[in-house]
Amino acid sequence: MRMAHEIVESADGIDRLYLVAIPNGGVPLGRILVDNLESLTGLRVPLGILDTTLYRDDLSLHGSRPLLRPTEMPSSVDDRVVVLVEDVVSTGRTIRAGMDALMDFGRPSHVRVVALIDRGHRELPIKIDYVGKNIPTQPEDKVIFREEPMASDPIKEAGQDKQTHQAELQLVVRVGVKA
Amino acid sequence: MIGRDILGIEDLSKEDIETILDTAVRMQEIGTREVKKVPTLRGRTQINLFFEPSTRTQTSFEIAGKRLAADVVNFSVAGSSVSKRETLLDTAKTLDAMDPDVVVVRHKVAGVPHRLAEVLRAPVINAGDGAHEHPSQALLDMLTVREHKKCIEGLTVTIIGDIAHSRVARSNIYGFTKLGAEVRVAGPPTMLPADVESLGVKAYTNLREAIDGADVLMALRIQTERLEGACFPSVREYSATFGLDRAKLHFAKEDAIVMHPGPVNRGVELAHELADHRPSVILDQVRNGVALRMALLYLVAGRGGR
Repeated sequence: MRMAHEIVESADGIDRLYLVAIPNGGVPLGRILVDNLESLTGLRVPLGILDTTLYRDDLSLHGSRPLLRPTEMPSSVDDRVVVLVEDVVSTGRTIRAGMDALMDFGRPSHVRVVALIDRGHRELPIKIDYVGKNIPTQPEDKVIFREEPMASDPIKEAGQDKQTHQAELQLVVRVGVKA
Repeated sequence: MIGRDILGIEDLSKEDIETILDTAVRMQEIGTREVKKVPTLRGRTQINLFFEPSTRTQTSFEIAGKRLAADVVNFSVAGSSVSKRETLLDTAKTLDAMDPDVVVVRHKVAGVPHRLAEVLRAPVINAGDGAHEHPSQALLDMLTVREHKKCIEGLTVTIIGDIAHSRVARSNIYGFTKLGAEVRVAGPPTMLPADVESLGVKAYTNLREAIDGADVLMALRIQTERLEGACFPSVREYSATFGLDRAKLHFAKEDAIVMHPGPVNRGVELAHELADHRPSVILDQVRNGVALRMALLYLVAGRGGR
Protein backbone atom coordinates (compact mmCIF):
# COMPACT_ATOMS: atom_id res chain seq x y z
CA MET A 1 0.00 0.00 0.00
CA ARG A 2 2.87 2.36 0.83
CA MET A 3 4.42 1.59 -2.55
CA ALA A 4 1.11 2.32 -4.26
CA HIS A 5 1.01 5.71 -2.47
CA GLU A 6 4.52 6.52 -3.65
CA ILE A 7 3.66 5.59 -7.22
CA VAL A 8 0.60 7.84 -7.20
CA GLU A 9 2.51 10.75 -5.64
CA SER A 10 5.34 10.75 -8.15
CA ALA A 11 3.38 9.97 -11.31
CA ASP A 12 2.04 13.16 -12.83
CA GLY A 13 -1.38 11.89 -13.81
CA ILE A 14 -2.50 8.39 -12.89
CA ASP A 15 -4.26 8.15 -16.25
CA ARG A 16 -0.87 7.75 -17.92
CA LEU A 17 0.32 5.00 -15.54
CA TYR A 18 0.90 1.52 -16.94
CA LEU A 19 2.25 -1.28 -14.78
CA VAL A 20 4.34 -3.92 -16.57
CA ALA A 21 5.17 -7.01 -14.52
CA ILE A 22 8.14 -9.25 -15.19
CA PRO A 23 7.22 -12.93 -14.74
CA ASN A 24 7.12 -14.91 -12.67
CA GLY A 25 7.64 -13.00 -9.43
CA GLY A 26 6.52 -9.60 -10.65
CA VAL A 27 3.06 -10.78 -11.68
CA PRO A 28 1.46 -11.32 -8.23
CA LEU A 29 3.00 -8.07 -7.00
CA GLY A 30 1.66 -6.29 -10.09
CA ARG A 31 -1.85 -7.54 -9.34
CA ILE A 32 -1.63 -6.38 -5.71
CA LEU A 33 -0.42 -2.94 -6.83
CA VAL A 34 -3.22 -2.58 -9.39
CA ASP A 35 -5.79 -3.38 -6.66
CA ASN A 36 -4.17 -0.97 -4.20
CA LEU A 37 -3.93 1.80 -6.79
CA GLU A 38 -7.61 1.31 -7.55
CA SER A 39 -8.64 1.60 -3.93
CA LEU A 40 -6.50 4.76 -3.62
CA THR A 41 -7.62 6.53 -6.77
CA GLY A 42 -10.69 4.72 -8.08
CA LEU A 43 -8.91 4.11 -11.38
CA ARG A 44 -7.85 0.73 -12.68
CA VAL A 45 -4.34 0.98 -14.10
CA PRO A 46 -3.56 -1.43 -16.99
CA LEU A 47 -1.25 -4.31 -16.13
CA GLY A 48 1.00 -5.82 -18.79
CA ILE A 49 3.17 -8.90 -18.52
CA LEU A 50 6.55 -8.86 -20.22
CA ASP A 51 8.86 -11.87 -20.39
CA THR A 52 12.50 -10.82 -20.61
CA THR A 53 14.01 -14.22 -21.44
CA LEU A 54 14.60 -13.45 -25.12
CA TYR A 55 16.41 -10.23 -24.11
CA ARG A 56 18.77 -11.78 -21.58
CA ASP A 57 22.52 -11.34 -21.89
CA ASP A 58 23.33 -14.75 -20.43
CA LEU A 59 21.70 -17.24 -22.77
CA SER A 60 24.42 -19.80 -22.53
CA LEU A 61 26.09 -21.30 -25.53
CA HIS A 62 25.68 -24.79 -24.13
CA GLY A 63 23.01 -26.55 -22.19
CA SER A 64 19.28 -26.22 -22.58
CA ARG A 65 17.48 -22.96 -23.07
CA PRO A 66 15.15 -21.56 -20.41
CA LEU A 67 11.43 -21.95 -20.96
CA LEU A 68 9.66 -18.86 -22.18
CA ARG A 69 6.90 -17.24 -20.17
CA PRO A 70 3.89 -15.34 -21.45
CA THR A 71 3.98 -11.77 -22.71
CA GLU A 72 0.69 -9.90 -22.76
CA MET A 73 0.78 -6.18 -23.42
CA PRO A 74 -2.85 -5.01 -23.44
CA SER A 75 -2.24 -1.48 -24.70
CA SER A 76 0.38 0.73 -26.29
CA VAL A 77 3.21 2.04 -24.11
CA ASP A 78 3.64 5.24 -26.13
CA ASP A 79 3.68 8.34 -23.87
CA ARG A 80 2.78 6.28 -20.83
CA VAL A 81 4.52 6.31 -17.46
CA VAL A 82 5.55 2.67 -17.39
CA VAL A 83 6.41 1.10 -14.05
CA LEU A 84 8.30 -2.18 -14.34
CA VAL A 85 7.28 -4.50 -11.52
CA GLU A 86 9.73 -7.08 -10.21
CA ASP A 87 9.80 -9.11 -7.00
CA VAL A 88 13.51 -9.14 -6.24
CA VAL A 89 16.12 -6.91 -7.87
CA SER A 90 19.79 -7.73 -7.52
CA THR A 91 22.26 -7.36 -10.39
CA GLY A 92 19.88 -5.20 -12.43
CA ARG A 93 20.31 -7.34 -15.51
CA THR A 94 16.69 -8.42 -15.67
CA ILE A 95 15.58 -4.79 -15.44
CA ARG A 96 17.99 -3.90 -18.25
CA ALA A 97 16.45 -6.68 -20.36
CA GLY A 98 12.97 -5.46 -19.40
CA MET A 99 13.78 -1.91 -20.54
CA ASP A 100 15.07 -3.17 -23.89
CA ALA A 101 11.96 -5.31 -24.35
CA LEU A 102 9.75 -2.35 -23.46
CA MET A 103 11.35 -0.17 -26.14
CA ASP A 104 10.28 -2.73 -28.77
CA PHE A 105 6.69 -1.98 -27.82
CA GLY A 106 6.94 1.78 -28.27
CA ARG A 107 8.24 4.93 -26.60
CA PRO A 108 7.13 5.37 -23.00
CA SER A 109 7.43 8.91 -21.63
CA HIS A 110 9.02 7.57 -18.42
CA VAL A 111 10.16 4.19 -17.20
CA ARG A 112 10.32 3.51 -13.47
CA VAL A 113 10.99 0.41 -11.43
CA VAL A 114 9.16 -0.95 -8.41
CA ALA A 115 10.54 -3.95 -6.52
CA LEU A 116 9.50 -5.68 -3.35
CA ILE A 117 13.04 -6.51 -2.35
CA ASP A 118 16.32 -4.87 -3.20
CA ARG A 119 19.04 -7.29 -2.23
CA GLY A 120 21.99 -5.28 -3.53
CA HIS A 121 24.92 -6.49 -5.66
CA ARG A 122 24.05 -4.26 -8.62
CA GLU A 123 26.18 -4.88 -11.72
CA LEU A 124 24.53 -2.22 -13.89
CA PRO A 125 23.67 1.43 -13.21
CA ILE A 126 20.01 0.73 -12.41
CA LYS A 127 18.09 2.48 -9.67
CA ILE A 128 14.87 1.27 -8.12
CA ASP A 129 12.30 4.04 -7.79
CA TYR A 130 9.98 2.35 -5.31
CA VAL A 131 11.32 -0.36 -3.06
CA GLY A 132 9.50 -2.46 -0.49
CA LYS A 133 12.46 -3.47 1.59
CA ASN A 134 16.22 -3.48 1.33
CA ILE A 135 17.68 -6.76 2.41
CA PRO A 136 21.45 -7.04 2.59
CA THR A 137 22.52 -10.44 1.30
CA GLN A 138 25.50 -12.42 0.19
CA PRO A 139 25.62 -12.99 -3.57
CA GLU A 140 25.14 -16.74 -3.09
CA ASP A 141 22.02 -16.34 -0.92
CA LYS A 142 18.61 -17.03 -2.34
CA VAL A 143 15.63 -14.84 -1.62
CA ILE A 144 12.40 -16.78 -1.65
CA PHE A 145 9.12 -14.98 -2.08
CA ARG A 146 5.96 -16.49 -0.63
CA GLU A 147 2.42 -15.25 -0.89
CA GLU A 148 0.39 -15.55 2.28
CA PRO A 149 -3.03 -14.30 3.34
CA MET A 150 -3.29 -10.60 4.11
CA ALA A 151 -1.84 -9.31 7.33
CA SER A 152 -1.95 -5.70 8.50
CA ASP A 153 1.42 -4.90 7.03
CA PRO A 154 2.15 -6.10 3.46
CA ILE A 155 5.67 -7.11 4.32
CA LYS A 156 5.21 -9.20 7.38
CA GLU A 157 8.44 -10.86 8.01
CA ALA A 158 11.93 -11.09 6.69
CA GLY A 159 13.18 -14.09 8.51
CA GLN A 160 16.11 -16.34 7.95
CA ASP A 161 15.49 -20.04 7.52
CA LYS A 162 18.48 -22.28 7.63
CA GLN A 163 17.78 -25.10 5.20
CA THR A 164 19.40 -28.25 6.42
CA HIS A 165 19.73 -29.86 3.01
CA GLN A 166 21.12 -26.76 1.31
CA ALA A 167 24.41 -25.18 2.14
CA GLU A 168 23.44 -21.62 1.32
CA LEU A 169 21.41 -19.37 3.53
CA GLN A 170 17.90 -18.72 2.29
CA LEU A 171 16.11 -15.55 3.18
CA VAL A 172 12.41 -16.10 3.24
CA VAL A 173 10.20 -13.10 2.76
CA ARG A 174 6.52 -13.50 3.41
CA VAL A 175 4.25 -11.05 1.72
CA GLY A 176 0.64 -10.40 2.55
CA VAL A 177 -1.87 -10.93 -0.23
CA LYS A 178 -5.58 -10.28 -0.03
CA ALA A 179 -7.14 -13.64 0.77
CA MET B 1 15.79 -33.02 -22.96
CA ILE B 2 15.97 -31.83 -26.55
CA GLY B 3 19.22 -32.91 -28.17
CA ARG B 4 21.67 -30.85 -30.11
CA ASP B 5 20.05 -31.40 -33.51
CA ILE B 6 16.45 -31.63 -34.72
CA LEU B 7 16.61 -34.47 -37.23
CA GLY B 8 13.24 -36.14 -36.93
CA ILE B 9 10.13 -36.53 -34.81
CA GLU B 10 11.07 -40.17 -34.30
CA ASP B 11 13.93 -39.03 -32.01
CA LEU B 12 11.76 -36.70 -29.91
CA SER B 13 9.89 -37.66 -26.77
CA LYS B 14 6.38 -36.52 -25.99
CA GLU B 15 7.86 -34.03 -23.50
CA ASP B 16 10.29 -32.67 -26.13
CA ILE B 17 7.40 -32.11 -28.53
CA GLU B 18 5.40 -30.33 -25.84
CA THR B 19 8.35 -28.11 -24.93
CA ILE B 20 8.75 -27.12 -28.59
CA LEU B 21 5.02 -26.41 -29.00
CA ASP B 22 4.88 -24.38 -25.76
CA THR B 23 7.91 -22.35 -26.87
CA ALA B 24 6.27 -21.75 -30.25
CA VAL B 25 3.15 -20.38 -28.53
CA ARG B 26 5.35 -17.72 -26.88
CA MET B 27 6.96 -16.96 -30.24
CA GLN B 28 3.54 -16.35 -31.82
CA GLU B 29 3.20 -13.22 -29.69
CA ILE B 30 6.30 -11.68 -31.29
CA GLY B 31 4.66 -11.95 -34.71
CA THR B 32 1.80 -9.76 -33.48
CA ARG B 33 4.07 -6.88 -32.43
CA GLU B 34 4.79 -3.81 -34.48
CA VAL B 35 8.51 -4.50 -34.10
CA LYS B 36 8.64 -8.20 -34.98
CA LYS B 37 12.16 -8.83 -33.76
CA VAL B 38 13.87 -9.85 -30.53
CA PRO B 39 17.65 -9.76 -30.00
CA THR B 40 18.02 -13.37 -28.82
CA LEU B 41 20.25 -14.69 -31.63
CA ARG B 42 22.05 -11.42 -32.33
CA GLY B 43 25.51 -12.10 -33.72
CA ARG B 44 24.67 -15.71 -34.57
CA THR B 45 24.76 -17.09 -38.11
CA GLN B 46 22.10 -19.37 -39.56
CA ILE B 47 22.80 -21.09 -42.86
CA ASN B 48 19.85 -22.45 -44.84
CA LEU B 49 21.40 -25.22 -46.93
CA PHE B 50 18.79 -26.22 -49.48
CA PHE B 51 19.84 -28.88 -51.99
CA GLU B 52 16.25 -29.13 -53.16
CA PRO B 53 14.26 -26.06 -54.15
CA SER B 54 11.74 -24.97 -51.53
CA THR B 55 10.28 -21.51 -51.44
CA ARG B 56 7.93 -21.89 -48.51
CA THR B 57 10.02 -23.77 -45.99
CA GLN B 58 13.12 -21.76 -46.78
CA THR B 59 11.27 -18.44 -46.50
CA SER B 60 9.68 -19.54 -43.25
CA PHE B 61 13.06 -20.51 -41.75
CA GLU B 62 14.54 -17.24 -43.02
CA ILE B 63 11.83 -15.09 -41.44
CA ALA B 64 12.07 -17.11 -38.23
CA GLY B 65 15.83 -16.53 -38.00
CA LYS B 66 15.49 -12.84 -38.77
CA ARG B 67 12.81 -12.34 -36.11
CA LEU B 68 15.32 -13.72 -33.61
CA ALA B 69 17.96 -11.31 -34.99
CA ALA B 70 20.21 -14.05 -36.44
CA ASP B 71 22.20 -13.35 -39.59
CA VAL B 72 20.54 -15.65 -42.12
CA VAL B 73 22.41 -16.85 -45.19
CA ASN B 74 20.71 -18.89 -47.90
CA PHE B 75 22.89 -21.45 -49.63
CA SER B 76 20.88 -22.77 -52.55
CA VAL B 77 21.95 -25.31 -55.10
CA ALA B 78 21.41 -23.28 -58.25
CA GLY B 79 24.66 -21.64 -59.20
CA SER B 80 26.55 -23.08 -56.23
CA SER B 81 29.59 -25.30 -56.02
CA VAL B 82 27.26 -28.29 -55.66
CA SER B 83 26.43 -27.98 -59.34
CA LYS B 84 30.19 -27.95 -59.91
CA ARG B 85 30.29 -31.52 -58.56
CA GLU B 86 31.57 -30.75 -55.08
CA THR B 87 30.91 -33.69 -52.74
CA LEU B 88 28.47 -33.36 -49.87
CA LEU B 89 31.20 -33.63 -47.27
CA ASP B 90 33.35 -31.02 -48.97
CA THR B 91 30.39 -28.67 -49.02
CA ALA B 92 29.86 -29.40 -45.32
CA LYS B 93 33.49 -28.73 -44.44
CA THR B 94 33.41 -25.48 -46.38
CA LEU B 95 30.35 -24.32 -44.50
CA ASP B 96 31.74 -25.46 -41.17
CA ALA B 97 34.82 -23.31 -41.72
CA MET B 98 32.52 -20.28 -41.85
CA ASP B 99 31.45 -20.95 -38.23
CA PRO B 100 27.68 -21.02 -38.47
CA ASP B 101 25.70 -21.42 -35.24
CA VAL B 102 22.93 -23.47 -36.84
CA VAL B 103 22.48 -25.15 -40.24
CA VAL B 104 19.04 -25.88 -41.71
CA VAL B 105 19.24 -28.67 -44.31
CA ARG B 106 16.89 -29.84 -47.04
CA HIS B 107 18.01 -32.69 -49.34
CA LYS B 108 16.25 -35.10 -51.67
CA VAL B 109 18.12 -38.04 -50.17
CA ALA B 110 17.00 -39.42 -46.80
CA GLY B 111 19.66 -39.31 -44.11
CA VAL B 112 21.71 -36.40 -45.44
CA PRO B 113 20.93 -34.13 -42.44
CA HIS B 114 21.98 -36.96 -40.10
CA ARG B 115 25.30 -37.36 -41.92
CA LEU B 116 25.88 -33.60 -41.83
CA ALA B 117 25.10 -33.53 -38.12
CA GLU B 118 27.99 -35.92 -37.58
CA VAL B 119 30.39 -33.67 -39.45
CA LEU B 120 29.34 -30.12 -38.62
CA ARG B 121 30.13 -28.43 -35.34
CA ALA B 122 26.89 -26.47 -35.47
CA PRO B 123 23.50 -28.01 -34.68
CA VAL B 124 21.52 -29.24 -37.70
CA ILE B 125 17.79 -28.82 -38.27
CA ASN B 126 16.27 -31.16 -40.85
CA ALA B 127 14.03 -29.20 -43.22
CA GLY B 128 13.04 -32.32 -45.14
CA ASP B 129 15.12 -35.31 -46.25
CA GLY B 130 13.80 -37.42 -49.11
CA ALA B 131 10.73 -39.45 -48.16
CA HIS B 132 11.99 -39.73 -44.59
CA GLU B 133 11.07 -36.85 -42.25
CA HIS B 134 10.03 -33.20 -42.25
CA PRO B 135 9.96 -32.45 -38.54
CA SER B 136 9.25 -28.70 -38.64
CA GLN B 137 6.19 -29.29 -40.84
CA ALA B 138 4.80 -31.96 -38.51
CA LEU B 139 5.44 -29.76 -35.47
CA LEU B 140 3.65 -26.79 -37.03
CA ASP B 141 0.78 -29.14 -37.88
CA MET B 142 0.63 -30.29 -34.25
CA LEU B 143 0.75 -26.66 -33.10
CA THR B 144 -2.15 -25.78 -35.42
CA VAL B 145 -4.24 -28.75 -34.30
CA ARG B 146 -3.57 -27.97 -30.64
CA GLU B 147 -4.59 -24.37 -31.24
CA HIS B 148 -7.93 -25.41 -32.75
CA LYS B 149 -8.68 -28.49 -30.64
CA LYS B 150 -6.94 -27.53 -27.35
CA CYS B 151 -5.65 -31.06 -26.74
CA ILE B 152 -4.30 -33.62 -29.21
CA GLU B 153 -4.76 -36.69 -27.02
CA GLY B 154 -7.86 -38.62 -28.03
CA LEU B 155 -8.31 -36.97 -31.44
CA THR B 156 -8.67 -38.89 -34.67
CA VAL B 157 -6.34 -37.61 -37.40
CA THR B 158 -6.71 -38.87 -40.98
CA ILE B 159 -3.86 -38.31 -43.42
CA ILE B 160 -4.86 -38.71 -47.06
CA GLY B 161 -2.65 -39.12 -50.10
CA ASP B 162 0.70 -40.56 -51.11
CA ILE B 163 1.70 -41.88 -47.69
CA ALA B 164 4.55 -43.98 -49.07
CA HIS B 165 6.46 -41.06 -50.57
CA SER B 166 5.58 -38.41 -48.00
CA ARG B 167 7.99 -37.21 -45.32
CA VAL B 168 5.20 -34.99 -44.01
CA ALA B 169 3.01 -38.06 -43.43
CA ARG B 170 5.78 -40.00 -41.72
CA SER B 171 6.72 -37.15 -39.35
CA ASN B 172 3.07 -36.51 -38.55
CA ILE B 173 2.45 -40.21 -37.87
CA TYR B 174 5.29 -40.22 -35.33
CA GLY B 175 4.20 -36.95 -33.78
CA PHE B 176 0.46 -37.39 -33.46
CA THR B 177 0.77 -40.97 -32.15
CA LYS B 178 3.30 -39.81 -29.54
CA LEU B 179 0.82 -37.17 -28.38
CA GLY B 180 -1.92 -39.78 -28.02
CA ALA B 181 -4.02 -39.25 -31.16
CA GLU B 182 -5.45 -42.06 -33.27
CA VAL B 183 -3.86 -41.72 -36.70
CA ARG B 184 -5.40 -43.15 -39.87
CA VAL B 185 -3.87 -43.06 -43.32
CA ALA B 186 -5.82 -43.31 -46.55
CA GLY B 187 -4.90 -43.56 -50.20
CA PRO B 188 -4.81 -45.88 -53.18
CA PRO B 189 -3.08 -49.18 -52.29
CA THR B 190 -0.10 -48.17 -54.44
CA MET B 191 0.48 -45.19 -52.16
CA LEU B 192 0.27 -47.03 -48.84
CA PRO B 193 3.51 -48.62 -47.62
CA ALA B 194 3.00 -52.34 -46.95
CA ASP B 195 4.13 -52.12 -43.34
CA VAL B 196 2.56 -48.76 -42.50
CA GLU B 197 0.45 -50.24 -39.70
CA SER B 198 3.66 -51.13 -37.84
CA LEU B 199 3.93 -47.37 -37.15
CA GLY B 200 0.78 -47.62 -35.05
CA VAL B 201 -1.71 -46.30 -37.59
CA LYS B 202 -4.71 -47.82 -39.36
CA ALA B 203 -4.58 -47.92 -43.17
CA TYR B 204 -7.65 -47.46 -45.34
CA THR B 205 -8.25 -47.60 -49.07
CA ASN B 206 -11.81 -46.34 -48.61
CA LEU B 207 -11.87 -42.62 -47.92
CA ARG B 208 -15.31 -42.61 -46.37
CA GLU B 209 -14.30 -45.15 -43.72
CA ALA B 210 -11.04 -43.32 -43.09
CA ILE B 211 -12.68 -39.97 -42.37
CA ASP B 212 -15.69 -41.33 -40.50
CA GLY B 213 -15.76 -39.43 -37.22
CA ALA B 214 -12.33 -37.80 -37.74
CA ASP B 215 -11.39 -34.51 -36.04
CA VAL B 216 -8.56 -33.60 -38.41
CA LEU B 217 -8.30 -34.25 -42.15
CA MET B 218 -4.88 -33.74 -43.62
CA ALA B 219 -4.62 -33.84 -47.40
CA LEU B 220 -1.14 -34.33 -48.86
CA ARG B 221 0.09 -32.83 -52.08
CA ILE B 222 -0.11 -35.17 -55.06
CA GLN B 223 3.03 -34.64 -57.07
CA THR B 224 1.25 -34.73 -60.41
CA GLU B 225 4.44 -33.87 -62.24
CA ARG B 226 6.14 -37.01 -60.97
CA LEU B 227 3.45 -39.56 -60.40
CA GLU B 228 0.86 -39.53 -63.12
CA GLY B 229 0.63 -42.99 -64.59
CA ALA B 230 2.76 -44.46 -61.86
CA CYS B 231 0.55 -44.88 -58.81
CA PHE B 232 -2.96 -44.23 -60.03
CA PRO B 233 -4.74 -44.22 -63.38
CA SER B 234 -5.38 -40.50 -63.63
CA VAL B 235 -5.45 -37.30 -61.62
CA ARG B 236 -9.18 -37.06 -62.22
CA GLU B 237 -9.80 -40.47 -60.80
CA TYR B 238 -7.65 -39.66 -57.75
CA SER B 239 -9.54 -36.48 -57.21
CA ALA B 240 -12.91 -38.23 -57.45
CA THR B 241 -11.87 -40.99 -55.03
CA PHE B 242 -9.53 -39.28 -52.57
CA GLY B 243 -9.93 -35.54 -53.15
CA LEU B 244 -11.70 -33.71 -50.32
CA ASP B 245 -14.81 -31.66 -50.97
CA ARG B 246 -17.79 -30.49 -48.92
CA ALA B 247 -19.81 -33.64 -49.62
CA LYS B 248 -17.10 -35.98 -48.31
CA LEU B 249 -16.54 -33.72 -45.31
CA HIS B 250 -19.96 -34.72 -43.96
CA PHE B 251 -18.57 -38.07 -42.86
CA ALA B 252 -16.06 -36.37 -40.54
CA LYS B 253 -16.98 -34.73 -37.23
CA GLU B 254 -18.99 -31.58 -37.58
CA ASP B 255 -16.14 -29.41 -36.23
CA ALA B 256 -13.39 -31.20 -38.16
CA ILE B 257 -10.58 -29.08 -39.58
CA VAL B 258 -8.91 -29.50 -42.97
CA MET B 259 -5.15 -29.16 -43.32
CA HIS B 260 -2.67 -29.22 -46.19
CA PRO B 261 1.11 -28.71 -46.10
CA GLY B 262 0.99 -26.73 -49.36
CA PRO B 263 1.34 -25.94 -52.14
CA VAL B 264 -2.23 -27.05 -52.92
CA ASN B 265 -3.21 -28.62 -56.23
CA ARG B 266 -6.62 -27.03 -56.39
CA GLY B 267 -9.25 -29.46 -57.57
CA VAL B 268 -7.00 -32.47 -56.96
CA GLU B 269 -6.49 -33.04 -53.21
CA LEU B 270 -8.81 -30.24 -52.18
CA ALA B 271 -11.83 -28.74 -53.88
CA HIS B 272 -11.65 -24.95 -54.39
CA GLU B 273 -14.35 -24.31 -51.82
CA LEU B 274 -12.30 -26.14 -49.16
CA ALA B 275 -8.99 -24.53 -49.98
CA ASP B 276 -10.18 -21.03 -49.20
CA HIS B 277 -12.57 -21.18 -46.28
CA ARG B 278 -13.13 -22.75 -42.90
CA PRO B 279 -12.83 -25.53 -41.97
CA SER B 280 -9.54 -25.16 -43.84
CA VAL B 281 -6.74 -23.94 -41.55
CA ILE B 282 -4.05 -23.84 -44.23
CA LEU B 283 -3.05 -20.22 -43.63
CA ASP B 284 -2.91 -20.82 -39.87
CA GLN B 285 -0.43 -23.59 -40.66
CA VAL B 286 1.74 -21.15 -42.61
CA ARG B 287 1.55 -18.51 -39.87
CA ASN B 288 2.37 -21.06 -37.17
CA GLY B 289 5.29 -22.30 -39.26
CA VAL B 290 7.25 -19.12 -38.57
CA ALA B 291 6.63 -19.27 -34.80
CA LEU B 292 7.42 -22.96 -34.66
CA ARG B 293 10.69 -22.51 -36.54
CA MET B 294 11.61 -19.63 -34.22
CA ALA B 295 11.10 -22.06 -31.34
CA LEU B 296 13.39 -24.65 -32.94
CA LEU B 297 16.08 -22.04 -33.62
CA TYR B 298 15.81 -20.68 -30.07
CA LEU B 299 16.11 -24.16 -28.58
CA VAL B 300 19.15 -25.33 -30.60
CA ALA B 301 21.01 -22.44 -32.30
CA GLY B 302 24.41 -21.79 -30.82
CA ARG B 303 24.41 -25.03 -28.87
CA GLY B 304 27.54 -26.29 -30.55
CA GLY B 305 29.81 -27.99 -28.09
CA ARG B 306 32.04 -29.86 -30.46
